[in-house]
Amino acid sequence: MSTPLPATAMQASVGVRQPLIDGVEKVTGRALYTADLSARDALVGAILRSPLAHARITRLDVSRARALPGVHAVITGDDCDVPFGVIPIAQNEFPLARERVRYCGEPVAAVAAIDAATARAALALIELDLEPLPAYFDAASARAADAMLLHDDQPGNIARDVDQTFGDVAGGFEAADLVLEENFHYAEVTHAMMEPDASLASWDAERGRLTLHTVSQVPYYGHLLLAQCMKMDAAQIRVVKPFVGGGFGHRTETLNFEIIAGLLARAASATVKLELSREDTFIVHRGRPEADVRLKIGLSSSGIIKAVDCEVVQRGGAYSGYGLVTILYAGALLHALYQLPACRYFGLRVYTNTPPNGAMRGHGSVHVRHAFESMLDVMAERLGLDPFQVRRANLLRPPMRTINDLQVNSYGLGECLDRVQAASGWNARYAQLPKGHGLGLACSHYASGSAKPVHWSGEPHAVVSLKLDFDGGITVLTGAADIGQGSSTLIAQAVAEVLGLSMARLRVLANDSAFTPKDNGSYSSRVSFMVGNAAINAATALRQLLIEAAARKFAVSSEQVECLGESYGVTTTDQVLSYKEVVTLALQRSGTLMVTGHWSTPRETQGGKFRGAAVGTSAGYSYSAQVVEVAVDEETGEVKVVKVWVAHDCGRAINPLAVEGQVQGSVWMGMGQALCEQTQYHQGLHQSANFLGYSIPTIAESPPIEVHIVEAADPNGPFGAKEAGEGSLAGFLPALTNAIAHATGLRLHQLPASPEHILDALVQRRRAQKLAASKATALQKAQV
Amino acid sequence: MTKRLLKINVNGRDREDAVADHTLLLEYLRDQLGLTGTKRGCDGGECGACTVLVDGEPQLSCITLACRCEGKQIQTIEALAQDGRLSALQTAFNEKLGTQCGFCTPGMVMAAQALLLRQPNPSEDEIRDALSGNLCRCTGYVKIIESVQAAAARLSHHAGAAA
Repeated sequence: MSTPLPATAMQASVGVRQPLIDGVEKVTGRALYTADLSARDALVGAILRSPLAHARITRLDVSRARALPGVHAVITGDDCDVPFGVIPIAQNEFPLARERVRYCGEPVAAVAAIDAATARAALALIELDLEPLPAYFDAASARAADAMLLHDDQPGNIARDVDQTFGDVAGGFEAADLVLEENFHYAEVTHAMMEPDASLASWDAERGRLTLHTVSQVPYYGHLLLAQCMKMDAAQIRVVKPFVGGGFGHRTETLNFEIIAGLLARAASATVKLELSREDTFIVHRGRPEADVRLKIGLSSSGIIKAVDCEVVQRGGAYSGYGLVTILYAGALLHALYQLPACRYFGLRVYTNTPPNGAMRGHGSVHVRHAFESMLDVMAERLGLDPFQVRRANLLRPPMRTINDLQVNSYGLGECLDRVQAASGWNARYAQLPKGHGLGLACSHYASGSAKPVHWSGEPHAVVSLKLDFDGGITVLTGAADIGQGSSTLIAQAVAEVLGLSMARLRVLANDSAFTPKDNGSYSSRVSFMVGNAAINAATALRQLLIEAAARKFAVSSEQVECLGESYGVTTTDQVLSYKEVVTLALQRSGTLMVTGHWSTPRETQGGKFRGAAVGTSAGYSYSAQVVEVAVDEETGEVKVVKVWVAHDCGRAINPLAVEGQVQGSVWMGMGQALCEQTQYHQGLHQSANFLGYSIPTIAESPPIEVHIVEAADPNGPFGAKEAGEGSLAGFLPALTNAIAHATGLRLHQLPASPEHILDALVQRRRAQKLAASKATALQKAQV
Repeated sequence: MTKRLLKINVNGRDREDAVADHTLLLEYLRDQLGLTGTKRGCDGGECGACTVLVDGEPQLSCITLACRCEGKQIQTIEALAQDGRLSALQTAFNEKLGTQCGFCTPGMVMAAQALLLRQPNPSEDEIRDALSGNLCRCTGYVKIIESVQAAAARLSHHAGAAA
């Protein structure tokens, strides 16, 4: 590409529909993912997994496997006695099981061999004797009084219990004109990102160093936990994230195979490539748990929420993982969407003998939001209010603080409601739809990054470095993990905007711990907000250095110099220097410029003082409203989503193209969970660990999703921006079931809304109607 | 392990390579030829990420034996850009954000390429039909459909201009 021509005005980058900065690599196949990395002499890694869901390991003999020619290393639980886990206070998992296995598919041993066939043969030679123990596949049986403990230090098999009350709940229900209580059940779902799990680990025997290339959303956690589990100085480890084929929360935690790859590489003194099958990737899991929700809401006659009481029980799987955060999120994000004057939340995270659950897009918020929005619809109907009215009656008035200490500074939900009401033609069409069709509305929201990081080290929450050299090119150095959401593009846009330069002047180098700054990672939709702000601060500092260099040349004060992107001028005269001239001047003092910008969430957004208060906090919340139109076939139980209209308040849309893509993707992922996705186990054995058993929607049944961007700028957001990749997911599920209710009169309390489930509900309703009719007839006869 | 000499044309080049009888086309392309643009996304025939063209027809290279492609012409994602120019589909997937994480993209683009070869002006239903074996977890498919439509429009515009 030719050098950008000198411009006389700042080039705009923010608000521009910007294709991905790495889009060309993706459409040409040049993008290298972990499995694509060339490793000519790499050994092949393979993992032996437990065939039982809960058992004591009575014998594990790897001697025959070790003796097989071509096998370079065999490791077991004896090779790592340090537990790991994403939450520092809840680390109770080993990369390879020690003494006990707690879920079917848990890694027990691993081999590194010269090729895949030898690795498989070695696994077959490992002798594993297991003594079965009682196993629990749902929360209720694991909670039974006589249930065996999965972890001796976790009484009742409870990973975390939460009991929080804010405001006068009893008084609120007393003052309510309508109180409703209902129960809901949600199947477990999983991320199913398209790239299977993989790691490439290289051991440098001479220096005792490890390099890991891996499929991570938070390479920094991997770096920390490799050092911990391998008992190494973290400075002897380098972690690189190549292109990553999606994550959706699966790759937020450091996963067992990543540590296994490191252990294998060291044991073999070699490079080891560990590629997981799709089946094993499903078993790694960390998805959204199976959950039961009991919700009670009290409304005034005009639809104003008076009190909420909610209980959530999650089947968390065999290890803690993210569990305590998920169960806290479910309670915290009851708030900050509507005005809640009083709320009690009771949550239980239960250990079971299933693959561990973790973070998944919309983390913690999805089930409670479905229950809440479903019940708002039912209650509005009983009060004679329409679905829009009841939601508008409860809007927040920011800036405000919720009763659980979440700070809301911007709020576009009202406008979101207006936009989808108009776009869907709700008023004109609601009563006029053909038979079997229905419209449903729901709202949702999400955090733009957790206001407190998982590791409270005192460092800034986000750091971006810029390198400006003799060539005038700017290299953006970031540890933020682009996993397809477009974060590298957004960071470049922020830098280009501040400097008024074309994106062609920039390169982004990301995710190599050897040269990019540490980043807290891609989770809880933090990157746009936090790293975006750090990028602005870095670019502002660099611009100031350029302005000062120009001021020295012009012999004026820096306040008199104006940055015009490709040129710098004096405001009072017509003196002008080109960008390249200013760069040369700026480098004269100390050579290559390295500038760092950082950002942290403001103190008032970091939450209250109660236990668990950090979860749910954010410096800015996104808001979303959506209308879903369905067509339900009452003969087959099949639900077709005809169209979705969604309005998402992402503050300032830095890249409207990417915002649309993120909103469409999250709505669609909500559709998968609502309609067809669920994991299934038989005695703990995963029965749907492939794309036929775990069916995500194909292009054939995926609806048009019309996105309306609402820009309620947030005072803390970069250029006013907030998150766009999670907030619209949770709203789809209740919008769908509200639409099904409109089409059929059926109120679903269980998801997914599979054809079998809908047919069952229809049959039950017919039976109930028949029974009621025959009772009425009998009563009439008796009266006669 | 039996090996045989496979005569095959990959991306316009005639090749003769020794391959084992059980080598999958996907393994041959990725491991022997280093054409890693073709992806393995599942354990066999479920996701479409490995789609390549065999004599112009879309095929799943993860359930195709390399030795069954004797004498055939294989096209992978690496062959689409010509003379430093992205193909119409590649341009459209890039500009319209038909790609997010990019992992399904090579297979998706090759399946769409096969469609446009046989139906230069596909309807939306024809696009949905042709791509129904290719899973994407990022986009919700909306911008994938728009990308294929934009590519078709660009190609028919060029064809119109040439005529």
